[in-house]
Amino acid sequence: MNEHVDSVKTYTVVWLILLALTAITTTVAYVDLGAFSVVVALLIAAIKMLLVALFFMHMRYSTKLTRLAAAGAFLWLFIMMAFTLADVWTRGLVGTLGR
Amino acid sequence: MADQAHAQVETLALREQFDTPEQQKETSTLGMWIFLITEVMFFGGLFLVYTIYRNVYPTVFGRASTSLNATIGAVNTAVLLCSSFTMVLAVRSAQLGKRKALVIFLILTMLLGLMFLGVKAYEWNEKFVEHHVPGTHFHFEGVAEQGPAQLFFSLYFAMTGLHALHMVVGVGILSWLLYHAVRGRFTAEYMTPVDIAGLYWHFVDIIWIFLFPLLYLIDRHMNLP
Repeated sequence: MNEHVDSVKTYTVVWLILLALTAITTTVAYVDLGAFSVVVALLIAAIKMLLVALFFMHMRYSTKLTRLAAAGAFLWLFIMMAFTLADVWTRGLVGTLGR
Repeated sequence: MADQAHAQVETLALREQFDTPEQQKETSTLGMWIFLITEVMFFGGLFLVYTIYRNVYPTVFGRASTSLNATIGAVNTAVLLCSSFTMVLAVRSAQLGKRKALVIFLILTMLLGLMFLGVKAYEWNEKFVEHHVPGTHFHFEGVAEQGPAQLFFSLYFAMTGLHALHMVVGVGILSWLLYHAVRGRFTAEYMTPVDIAGLYWHFVDIIWIFLFPLLYLIDRHMNLP
């Protein structure tokens, strides 16, 4: 049933990369990149997330249905975030009816 | 006693509603992923509120965020990543039917999980000492507006608290796995509970991977006094 068993070496390499990325994101946080600090922090977090999902959560061997379901999470999250922020961040740009 | 033995055999067998063991396994995996998606939305709401208020009060949130100890946060992130590493090795041991290795890695994962919670408890205690816990005794030095500062710490406690609650549940699941692993309940043919618990554990890790930079790091570059 478990046709895919990764080697301990693979997991060790992924684990070490994750630890290195944690050190990098912590160090880089003190460098003034202006607005890009958030971008870099989120980019590194996204890479870490992908490594955990693909290797530790065996996403590499998942069926298409499971991958589709997991990718769906981002769609729902995007709808919630984008629509709410589109409201909040544009308040005051246009006049409010009745005010 | 006989019933218990019967129940034990039952979990190993292919349930009648499934055609193949692969289909049975795939159903469990997909079910867990669907649950994890609901969790993404659960935590997503908090991340959204944090994003909005961070934008409304950038300076106060920056000061409050910088007051957190980034070194402790980074160390705790490393602890959690180590626990994910031992968890994946536990799943691997189960896949290969290595019972002793499975037990050892489950214990290691639990210990690392508890270590994470211990460090978290130390950090929370610091907040109590510093009067950074929202409430009547709240005081955040250096900012005129105490309200937004309370808002930051409310979100800090809500987000790290909800995450820690998931860790506590995770440790509970691990102890259940350990109980059955010691009794030899899992084999190379049937280790779905270990696999599914692994998905949950790694997911909680991913949540922290985002919480750590967003709460501790992203305002450091401003060098606020």
